Amino acid sequence: MSWQSMQAGLADAGYVASDDLAMALFLAVTLGKPLLLEGPAGVGKTQIAKTLADMQSTRLIRLQCYEGLDASHAIYEWNYQRQLLAIRASADEHLPAADVEERIFSEKYLLERPLLAAIRQDVAPVLLIDEIDRADEEFEAYLLEILSDFQITIPELGTVTANTRPHVILTANGARDLSDALRRRCLYNYVDYPDRGTELAILHKRCPELEARLAEQIVGFVQALRKEELEKKPGVAEMLDWAAALAGLGVNDLADDPDKTQATLVCLLKTERDRAAVPKEVQQRLAGKAA
Amino acid sequence: MQVTRFAERAEGPAERMAGFMAHLRMNGIAAGLNETETALAALSRVDVGALDDVRSALKAICVCDADQTSRFDELFDAYWRNRGRSRDRAAVDHSAHNLKQKGSDTNRVGEGAAKAAGKADTPDDEGEGGVGSHGTGKLIATTSKAIERTDLRRFMTPEDVERAASVAERIARSIVDRRSRRRKAAARGAALDLRRILRRSVSRGGEPIDLFRKTRPDRPAHLVALLDVSGSMTVYARVFLAFLKGLISADQTTDAYLFHTRLARISDALRDSDTLRAVNRLSMMAEGFGGGTKIGASLKRFNELYAAQSVNGRSVVIILSDGYDTDPPELIAEALARLKRRGARIVWLNPLKGWAGYEPVARGMAAALPHLDHFAPANTLADLAALEPWLGGI
Repeated sequence: MSWQSMQAGLADAGYVASDDLAMALFLAVTLGKPLLLEGPAGVGKTQIAKTLADMQSTRLIRLQCYEGLDASHAIYEWNYQRQLLAIRASADEHLPAADVEERIFSEKYLLERPLLAAIRQDVAPVLLIDEIDRADEEFEAYLLEILSDFQITIPELGTVTANTRPHVILTANGARDLSDALRRRCLYNYVDYPDRGTELAILHKRCPELEARLAEQIVGFVQALRKEELEKKPGVAEMLDWAAALAGLGVNDLADDPDKTQATLVCLLKTERDRAAVPKEVQQRLAGKAA
Repeated sequence: MQVTRFAERAEGPAERMAGFMAHLRMNGIAAGLNETETALAALSRVDVGALDDVRSALKAICVCDADQTSRFDELFDAYWRNRGRSRDRAAVDHSAHNLKQKGSDTNRVGEGAAKAAGKADTPDDEGEGGVGSHGTGKLIATTSKAIERTDLRRFMTPEDVERAASVAERIARSIVDRRSRRRKAAARGAALDLRRILRRSVSRGGEPIDLFRKTRPDRPAHLVALLDVSGSMTVYARVFLAFLKGLISADQTTDAYLFHTRLARISDALRDSDTLRAVNRLSMMAEGFGGGTKIGASLKRFNELYAAQSVNGRSVVIILSDGYDTDPPELIAEALARLKRRGARIVWLNPLKGWAGYEPVARGMAAALPHLDHFAPANTLADLAALEPWLGGI
């Protein structure tokens, strides 16, 4: 397998990846290293993990990080309620305490969370650790340990070692700085907004029925819009939404019906200020540029 | 950029790759043995004849953030394509030798480079004249007046600077200490909330089935400091920089920035434990230290690049500037208004305000006033210390 075939495979699965991204992903898969993806929201960082899982027909295990995420939500947790019930139930059986203890600390009472699930798969899954920068630094440190050894120690049960190495993809969009240790352990790719050609290819891939001329107008418009001063620049996902909206309304040309076009901008502009920053005149100017 | 010569006499790809990593390290990208190993493993899996493939692969391995991503191509060319220039001379006697070597791979990288048209960087033998290599990074184009003023900085004794740092640390602590000492019920937390567990266990026959927890509520206030280091502020810059360092060292979440005509984030540089390297990093960022000011543009850039991630309703933005701006004043007002909408408190410390009879007549300053929560003088250390009760009160 070469990185070109990785790129082609992604394209078949509906994801247009830049050369750098395809190379990074290819190396991550072949070298068995985690891949850290950074970039603005809505450029397809999460999507690539899903696509990779599709491509390899394997499971996607997703861990969404948030502030306060801790080991019991990310790795494993004992099912306390079941354990208590089991103790109550065994009270009448007059078993020795050691037996009861052995019983309630068995796999049956273990709740598997994403990280443990990922290393216990028989076929290497894709493990997506989404928005790692939202999690606390303590969790990041714990993650480092798992990413280097792929084993998890459960005091009551012993050490679980990975059957297969999951393909790990981490995403971040700069909510806080990640530690150097984590960055150094991963391959890195900065996913930026796609250039015109790539974005056109993405649009074509996702909405093949769209007319070529309109597609060019849409991409040109969105590209020009990103150069405007906006609080929240539209990502690829927004662009696709907008294209779907235009197609659904039967618009054939952005210049045909400015009012309709203006109304559909809700798909692209997500704050009140950005809406105000792009009145109809600006919209017309951008559409003119795009045509 | 510091330029390393391509090791022509290097034995095989491993050594060349190690040379490349050293070249990256010298230019501020932390690449070590681990990266070298990974890079060699990666090269066996890509077509080493294709320069762009090798570039992408090494980029994925060596680079750690967006900034390094943008610098990598240049560094890559400087190292590997130097070789392209002297290739003709070396080609004959090396080729036979290379055939015998198992991994003549990396040599072909050079070959590809020689074929690819384009600019090959000239090696800089002595390494002199590199902008980042030494010196204060000051632009030549500062006016003579600015240089005269720079000398005044010598009046600031090291004790003054130290005191500024300690005052700053105290201010920062006064905020951090405001974290609550009480515990309150929470979904997650280190301690069990025994009272609630017992209360609930009554309905379950005395078994503590539902576990409740409690934790200390966090009320972290977050400081962001922006320091003007333009010509008119040079006299104060050193003490203020110490002040910034104090703020930074008191709390991990504090952010600091320098601006003149550009804006640079210096939090990491100030946290650098290696003083010499920190100074180098700072001076590189502060090219143009002591030149003109673009407050409005700098604040705007701060809004665009950093504010979205680092400024929220708990932030206090401290701007240290005299308000003399070369941009139109509307820019400042606009930028501050936008910052304000994020819910942050804005404090402006102006060293000129301490002077008798000072009126905020500088157009930039006048435009900023309506958006400020606190406008205070800052020409003595006592003024800086006076910030503490105000911050404590919010």
